Amino acid sequence: MKEKLQAVISGIGLPRLLIGLFLVSLFVIAPFVGVRVDTSINDVIARFAMNAVLVLSLVPMIKSGCGLNFGLQLGVIAGLIGAVTSLELKLIGLAGFLAAMGIAIFFAVIFGWLYGILLNKVKGDEMVVATYVGFSVVSLMCIMWLVLPYKSPDMIWAYGGSGLRTTISVEDYWFHILNDFLKIELGSHIEIPTGALLFFALLAFIIWAFFRTKLGTAMEAVGSNPEYARSCGINVDRVRIVSVIMSTVYAAIGIIVYQQSFGFIQLYNGPLLMSFPAIAAILLGGASVNKVKIWNVVVGAVLFQGILTMTPSVINNIIQSDMSETIRIIVSNGMIVYALTRKMKVRA
Amino acid sequence: MKAMNPVLKALIDYAVPIMFILLVAVAAPLSGLSVEFLANEVMMRLARNSFLILSLLIPVMAGMGMNFGMVLGAMAGEIVLILITDWRIVGIPGILLAMLISTPIAIVFGYFAGVVLNKAKGREMVTGLMLGFFMNGVYQLIVLYGMGKVIPITNKEILLTRGYGIRNAINLEGIRQSLDNLIKLNLFGVQVPVATLLVIAALCLFIIWFRRTKLGQDMRTVGQDMDIARTVGIDVDRTRVVSIVISTVLASYGMIIFLQNMGTLNTYNSHEQIGFFCIAALLVGGASVAKASIPNVFLGVILFHTVFVVSPRAGAQLIGEAQLGEYFRVFITYGVIAFSLALYAWRRKVERENERKKQMMLHRAALQGKGGAGFAQADR
Repeated sequence: MKEKLQAVISGIGLPRLLIGLFLVSLFVIAPFVGVRVDTSINDVIARFAMNAVLVLSLVPMIKSGCGLNFGLQLGVIAGLIGAVTSLELKLIGLAGFLAAMGIAIFFAVIFGWLYGILLNKVKGDEMVVATYVGFSVVSLMCIMWLVLPYKSPDMIWAYGGSGLRTTISVEDYWFHILNDFLKIELGSHIEIPTGALLFFALLAFIIWAFFRTKLGTAMEAVGSNPEYARSCGINVDRVRIVSVIMSTVYAAIGIIVYQQSFGFIQLYNGPLLMSFPAIAAILLGGASVNKVKIWNVVVGAVLFQGILTMTPSVINNIIQSDMSETIRIIVSNGMIVYALTRKMKVRA
Repeated sequence: MKAMNPVLKALIDYAVPIMFILLVAVAAPLSGLSVEFLANEVMMRLARNSFLILSLLIPVMAGMGMNFGMVLGAMAGEIVLILITDWRIVGIPGILLAMLISTPIAIVFGYFAGVVLNKAKGREMVTGLMLGFFMNGVYQLIVLYGMGKVIPITNKEILLTRGYGIRNAINLEGIRQSLDNLIKLNLFGVQVPVATLLVIAALCLFIIWFRRTKLGQDMRTVGQDMDIARTVGIDVDRTRVVSIVISTVLASYGMIIFLQNMGTLNTYNSHEQIGFFCIAALLVGGASVAKASIPNVFLGVILFHTVFVVSPRAGAQLIGEAQLGEYFRVFITYGVIAFSLALYAWRRKVERENERKKQMMLHRAALQGKGGAGFAQADR
């Protein structure tokens, strides 16, 4: 019996079990402290739809052995350029959204390609180099947002008139364009953003299907055993670059999905720490530094966003003070530290 | 690699310091700041930051790279300074007491960090970085929710109006510059905080002495090759933990020296950037992840902080936007770290590949029999 229990626990993974139980207990306590369960569920779904693509973007690089993409910001920056440019062109609705994505993907391919070349040069130290590449690019872009010649009055500072604002509203452009597509309302408190969920499902399916193609299996081989892959005649460096480009493109799409749901484009230091929550979520979902499945993304994003939604409302009502930010920092960064200290299992 | 031009090699080795010297040469005249003002600024920053940066040297020796976990030491220093302020102990006794109390806290933090980093061998830097972010949450838990509730704080001035938790900024007037002003000299218009510099000099001597001790030698062996260290009977894990503990304790002292100079504590932000700035400065001084010396520290502080002082002014003069210079200096901080880490990782990868090629050649030669063996020996 005891062994069985242990097997179950190790199957689910202790951290996931603890966080899962914590989340369930929050939902159980919620009604007793005056927090509505249905609005909470609504929030979790909305946040999931908002963040899931960013989490998904980590998958190709983990698969190819490039580790956790601490340089996720590179893709985010491409997404920001796409969004800002689409607003500058005054494209509204679906056209604007598609234009933002098109431009974002264009830049993401270029950034990802360069980033991939760099990561190939620093094999074995990808994560720490990626972290600082991400930070440097965000701070370089801080300068660019100030000097790039964007002119739209919706985006530049009202006074002085030069440089983009720190937050730009997409309200009049493509706010909730995915979220409101085929939206389902359950009662007065639950709204299901069907469009965004379908879009995530489509992107996840593309990744799933990709790993069944020849290039996809080659990528998995590179990730699990680069020596073996090389001896099979796979061009390891090239495959890794493809994976980095994929991750970067997905991150670029991810941030645009995030913006259409959130309603704002956040520039300057907004994207600085964006890689950490996404990484924490995928790890929470059961991925490790070199192993991941699509369901890790789904489980992780639900658990992580669940914690983020429930702790402020429930815990604050219990202890009458706002500890949510602190708890978020401890859970997400603690999860990453935990994953980094696991021994890397070499897969056969 | 062998045939690499020595001039080119030196240029790559010192790429970052050379870049910074050029940057200073261009930006300093542009900023229009006087030499005397600059000298004063740099002297002050030298006294303020050197101790913190020196705390990074010992983990490098032990092969653990840049100790991003030094933030933990900085937190220990801050927690103690909050307590000292609450107890209203001022001046040099305040600083000494702060150092005394921060020692056990830093040892606990350092031990924890060391154990975690031992579980992440080969990924120490990224793990240390994330550990710093994680401990930031723990720090908030202690300072923002624990202090005034669990930990008694009597001074209402440093508490938030809700009755517990520490305010965003604390005035450290009790200990403000008390070490700096203990012995102050005016050399050609430059204020020299002699006492602080003496403390820094003492730490330098300690590090030089430490390198020669048995423990110091062990650390170097561990840093070069953990397997060899193990075979000669060194307890690798323990040695690594000790190096992080020493670094953390020194960082907590360094933070106390840093903050007595600043005179105010940004309760929730002071430590966050300390790690980045110290590591960037050390790398600017020509250090790498595997090799860092005392001269690197001082050259680094001078170059890095000169650029730091002049870049907003230079930005304002050049483009008319001071904010730009502000962003620029953040960019170079991160950029320098990214560049140095990438350069080092790239080199290590090339070396590893050369080693592998050599092994393969030896292997092939051995297979070819006697003639091959001769070839293999000649290759050595």
